Amino acid sequence: MDKAFIVSILIITIRAGTSLLYATLGEIFTERVGILNLGVEGIMVMGAATSFAAAYYTNSPWFGLLATIIVGGFLGLIHAFLTVTLRADQVVSGLAMTIFGTGLASFMGQRMGPGGTTMIGLQGPSFERFPFPLLNQLPILGPSFFNQDILVYILYLLIPILWFFLYKTRPGLKLRAVGENPRASDSMGIDVAKSRYLYTTFGAILISIAGSHLSLGYLQGWAENITGGRGWIAIAMVIFATWNPLRAVLGALLFGGINAIQFRMQAAGTTIPASFLNMMPYIFTILILVIITWWEAFRKRIGAPAALGLPYVREEKD
Amino acid sequence: MEKPKKSKAVQLKSITKKFPGVLANDQVSLDINSHEILALLGENGAGKTTLMNVLAGLYYPDDGEIFLHGKPIKFHSPRDAIANGIGMVHQHFMLVESLTVAENIILSLQIKTLSLNLDHVRKEISDLSNQYHIQVDPDAYIWQLSVGEQQRVEIVKLLYRGADVLILDEPTAVLTPNEAIELASVLRQMANDGKAIIIITHKLNEVMSFSDRVTILRAGRLIDSLLTEKTSKEELARKMVGRKVLFHLEKPECSPGLASLELEKVNALNDRGLPALSSISLKICSGEILGVAGVAGNGQRELAEVISGLRSVTNGSILVNGQNITNCTPLKAINAGISHIPGDRIGVGLAANLPVSDNLTMKAYRHPPITRGFFLDHNKLQEFAKNLIRTFSITPPLPETPARLLSGGNQQRLILAREITANQGVIIAVHPSRGLDVGATESIRRTLLEQREYGTSILLISEDLEEIMQISDRILVLYNGRIMGRAGITEISLEEIGLMMAGHPLNKYNNDLQLDGYKT
Amino acid sequence: MRISFEKRLEQSHLSVILVPIISFILALLFGAIILLAFGVNPLQAYAVMVKGSLGSGYALSETLVKAIPLMLTGLGVSISFRMLFWNIGAEGQLAMGGIAASFVALFLEEFIPPVLVLPAMLLSAVLAGALWGLIPAILKAILGVNEILTTLMMNYIAILLVEYLYLGPWRDPEGFGFPGTAPFPETALLPRFTGRIHIGIIFAFLAAAFLWFILNHTERGYEIRLIGQNPRAARYTGINIGRNILFVMFISGGLAGIAGMAEVSGIAQRLYSGLTVGYGYTAIIVAWLANLNPWGILLVSFLMGGLYVGGDQIQIAMQTPAAVAQVLQGAILFFMLGGTIFANYRVRIIRSLGKNNPGVDLHG
Repeated sequence: MDKAFIVSILIITIRAGTSLLYATLGEIFTERVGILNLGVEGIMVMGAATSFAAAYYTNSPWFGLLATIIVGGFLGLIHAFLTVTLRADQVVSGLAMTIFGTGLASFMGQRMGPGGTTMIGLQGPSFERFPFPLLNQLPILGPSFFNQDILVYILYLLIPILWFFLYKTRPGLKLRAVGENPRASDSMGIDVAKSRYLYTTFGAILISIAGSHLSLGYLQGWAENITGGRGWIAIAMVIFATWNPLRAVLGALLFGGINAIQFRMQAAGTTIPASFLNMMPYIFTILILVIITWWEAFRKRIGAPAALGLPYVREEKD
Repeated sequence: MEKPKKSKAVQLKSITKKFPGVLANDQVSLDINSHEILALLGENGAGKTTLMNVLAGLYYPDDGEIFLHGKPIKFHSPRDAIANGIGMVHQHFMLVESLTVAENIILSLQIKTLSLNLDHVRKEISDLSNQYHIQVDPDAYIWQLSVGEQQRVEIVKLLYRGADVLILDEPTAVLTPNEAIELASVLRQMANDGKAIIIITHKLNEVMSFSDRVTILRAGRLIDSLLTEKTSKEELARKMVGRKVLFHLEKPECSPGLASLELEKVNALNDRGLPALSSISLKICSGEILGVAGVAGNGQRELAEVISGLRSVTNGSILVNGQNITNCTPLKAINAGISHIPGDRIGVGLAANLPVSDNLTMKAYRHPPITRGFFLDHNKLQEFAKNLIRTFSITPPLPETPARLLSGGNQQRLILAREITANQGVIIAVHPSRGLDVGATESIRRTLLEQREYGTSILLISEDLEEIMQISDRILVLYNGRIMGRAGITEISLEEIGLMMAGHPLNKYNNDLQLDGYKT
Repeated sequence: MRISFEKRLEQSHLSVILVPIISFILALLFGAIILLAFGVNPLQAYAVMVKGSLGSGYALSETLVKAIPLMLTGLGVSISFRMLFWNIGAEGQLAMGGIAASFVALFLEEFIPPVLVLPAMLLSAVLAGALWGLIPAILKAILGVNEILTTLMMNYIAILLVEYLYLGPWRDPEGFGFPGTAPFPETALLPRFTGRIHIGIIFAFLAAAFLWFILNHTERGYEIRLIGQNPRAARYTGINIGRNILFVMFISGGLAGIAGMAEVSGIAQRLYSGLTVGYGYTAIIVAWLANLNPWGILLVSFLMGGLYVGGDQIQIAMQTPAAVAQVLQGAILFFMLGGTIFANYRVRIIRSLGKNNPGVDLHG
C-alpha cells in the first residue's frame, strides 16, 4: 500500500467524518445535560438547506454558516422549550423535530432556487480545501489532515477546547452534574433549566453546522436526503463515545473510513452493487452498537448521564 | 460554663403549603434559635420535611412569611436560602455520584470563575474538617463513600458555604448506632459554636438524646413546642400521635414445623459488582417470623432479591419446601411459593397509573378463573379485585381508581392483599410499614401475625428495629452482607442487637457461624 | 410574577378534547405562515387540500388508499410503543413485506394454485416484516441494545435493498428504463372495491380488532400493558419481558409487512420506488396522536391520509411542493406535544406571595 493511497483514503475519511463529528459533539453536550435530542437528522438537514440557500443568494459561504447557526439555534430552542418547560416526552419531541425538519428542508429544497424552483443541481459558493501552512509538510498526515476546508480546521480546534471545557472548567463541571443528578444540582443552586436550554441550543447549533459542512464543504450542493441518516448515526456515535468528546473523534474516523472504503471500492469498479456498498455505514453502526452495549454491560461501567431523558421538576413530591 | 446567648435566627410565621389533594402545612409558626438544636418531631406525613423544604428554598409557601434576623425574606430557590446561610442535608443526599467530594463542593459555590481551583478548595475542606472534627477526603468519588461518610460531605458542603442554620432530615436513618453518636457530638459542637441546628425526625430516642428543644407537628399543624429536658418519650409520643400508643402487640406462642425457606452459604453481588451478601445461611420454619435487622444498605435489598429471583447468587443455594430455586426466574420463585412485599412500594410493587383492579391481579391474572388459555376474562378480574378490596378494606373501594391516588397505607394494603392471597407458604416482607401512619402500621403487623398463625413463614427484613421486635419470633442481624448473629427474640437485648448492627459480632449469637469457620 | 405548573391529580377531561383541536388550529396557522413566506396563498392552498382529499367520491377513496398503509403500520407501531419498545423501523418492515410479497408474485406465482397466491403473499409478507422487526428485538432482549437506533438502521438497509432489487435483478426488462419490476400477474393483485380502494382496508379493520382484543382480553395484553406502565413491577411479578418483546415485535413487524404487501399488491401492482415514502415514520405520529388506541389510529390515519392526498393536490394544482403535508404533520405533532402539558398540569400565575394574595388560578 503506497503513501499516495493512504493519503487519499485519509482525505476522504476526514472529509466524510467531519459532519458526523460536529453532530456527535453537539449531541454529546445536549445529552450530557440530560436532554435526549432525537431530532438530529432533522436539524442537520435543515442546516444543510438553509446554509446552502443563504450562501447561494449572498454568494458567500460565510453567510451560509451564519444562517445555519441561527436556524440551528432556533430549532434547538424549540426542542428545549418543549422538553424542559413544557415537559413533553423527549423521544416523541425529537422524532417530531426530525419529521418536521426533513419535511421543511425538502420543501425549501424544492422552492428556494431562483424564481421559486428547485435547489437541486445548483452550483453555489463553498468552503474549499486549502493547505494549512507548515503543518501540511508533515509526512502522510500533512497532505491529508492539513489539506482540508476551514470548517475542518475549526473542528480540530474545537475538539480540545470542548474536551477541556467539559472536564477542566467549572461550567463544564456544572454541565456534568446537571445530567447526572438534576435534583442535587438544583439544591446546589445550579439553574437546571437554564443549563438545559443553553446546551440543547448549543448542541443544535453544532448539529446544524454539521449539515452545512455537507452542503458547503463535502458534497457541495443540495440533494434530497443529503444527510442520508448521518443524524441517526451521530446518536449512535454518542453512545459509542460514551459521552466523551475524544472518543467521538475515534467514532467519526471509523465512520469516515468506512465511507472512504466504500468510495474506493466503487471507483475501483468492484462487482458489489452500489446499494450494498451504501449499506455499509448502517450495518457498521448496528455492529458498533451491539459491541458497545455488550462491552459496557460486561464491564458494568457507569455510562450515560444518569438523568438522561427524564424531565426535572423541582416541586413534585417524590 | 456560661450558657451561650441564644438569639432568634429564623422565624416562620403562618406557613401554609398545599399539594394536589394534600394540605401539607397549615399555618405553622416556628422560632429557630442560634446555639440550639431543635428537633422537629412528627409521624410520616406530618409536614415536617415540607416545612423545612420551604425554609430551604425548595418550595414556595402558598401563604405565610419567613423572617431572617427580624427581616422578612423570600427565597426563590435553594441558592437564595444558602446565600442567606440556611442549608439542608436531605434524606436522599444531593450529591453527584460520579464526581469527587471536592468537585461536589465546588459545584455548590457561586463563584463565576472559569477555572476549577481545586487546591484552594482542598485546603478549605481540611480546615473545616479540623475545626469541627468531621473527616472527609476531598478526592474521593462519592460512589466510593459509605452512607455515613456521604452525610458528612453534605454537612461540610453546607459549612463551606457559611451556613448558620443547618437542617438535617432524618439524619440517623442511615447510620449505625456508633455513627449516630459521632453525629450527635458534631452537631453539639456546631451548636456551641453558634449555629442553629434543626433535626427532622420521627424517632423519639433521637429527640431525647440529641435535642435541646422539640416541636411537634401532626397532620400539617403545629401541636406544641417543649424543652427536651422537661418532657418524656411518652408525652412526646402522645402529642405526636394524638392518642395513647400501643408499644406492644399481643403475640401468641410459636409452633414451628418443617423448614419452609432455607438459605445455605449464599453469596451475591450488588449492582456495582461488589459483594453484597457473604455466606448467608438461614432457616425459617412454618408459622414463624424471622426478623432481619440492620441499618439500610447492608444487603437487605439484595437478600430479598435473591430469594425472589430478581438477582442471581454467585454461590450457595436457596430452597423452598425442599425445592431448589437458586438462580431461578422470578416466575419460578413465585410458583414455588414465594410472595414478596417489596421495600420500594411504588417503584416495584405497583403500576401507579394502572387501576387498583389491575394491580390486585398482578399475580392472579395467570390462573383460572381470570385467565383460561390465552384469554383474560375481564369480569372475573373485576370480581376478584372487588373481593380483595372488601376483605382487606382498601379505600376508596373503587377498582378503577389509579393506584397512585391511594394513600400510602392503602397502597400497602393493596400489595399485602395481593401477596397474601397468592401466598403459598413463604412471605418476604421488606420494611412493610415504612412511611405509614400508626393506624396503618398496626393493621399491617396484625395481618402478618395472622398469617403466621395460619402456618406461613415470614422473612421480615426491616430497618425499623421496633417493627422487628414487635412481631418476630427470632432475629438475625445483617451487617455488610454478613450475619453478625442470630437469636430468639426473648433471649437477646436491644444493646446487643445494636452492637451487631454496628458491625460487632457477638460470639454468643453466632455459634453456627463459628462452625463454618467464620472469623470474628 | 411567574408561571408555575402544578401536577394535576387526574388528567383534565376538558383538555383531552381541547388540546387536539387547538393544536390542529395552531398547526394550520403555522403552516399558513410558511406558505405565505413562499408566496403561496394559504387559504387557497387549504381549500385545494380539503377538496382534494374529501371533496368528492374520488378524493375520499384516494384518502382511504393513503390511509390503509398508515393504519396498518400505525397499529403495528402502537403495540410496540405500549411496551415502551420504540419501533422506529416500520418503514423497513414495510419494505421487507413488500419485497417478500413481490418475490412470491413475480417468481413463485406460476407454481402456486391461483387461489393460494394472495394468501402466500400475505404470509410471506408477515414473516418477512416480522423477521425484520425481530432482529432488533432480539438484540434488545438479549443484549439490551438501544432499539431506536437499530430499528432505524434496519430501515436504511431495507430501503437500499428494495432499491437494489427493482433497479437490478428484478427490473422489468420491458419497462423502458422505468425504475421498477414488471407488473404482477392478475392472481397476485388484491381485489378492489371502488376506485383504488383494495381489500387491504379490511385487513386494517381486522388488525385493529385483533389488537384491541389482544390488549384487553388476553393474558399477553395484560402483560404488555403492565410492562409499559412499570417494567420493574412487571419483572417482579414474574413476567418474562424478553419474550414479550419478541411477541410484540413479531406482530408489529408483521403488520408493517402486511402494509408493504398491500401497497405492492393493491396499489402499485409492482415493486418500485414509490413503496418507501415515509409511511413508517408517519405511523409514529399517527400512533402517538391516537394515544395508542386501535380505533383512534384508524381515525387519525384517515385524517393523515387526507393530509397526504391534499399535499399531492397542492403539488399538482398549485405547483407547491407536496412536502408541505409533512411540515403540517410535524407542526401538528409539535403543538400537540406542547399541549399535553395542559392535560397533566394546571397553570398558575403567581403574582406575589403573602397573606392576601395567594395566587390566581388560570385554568380550572
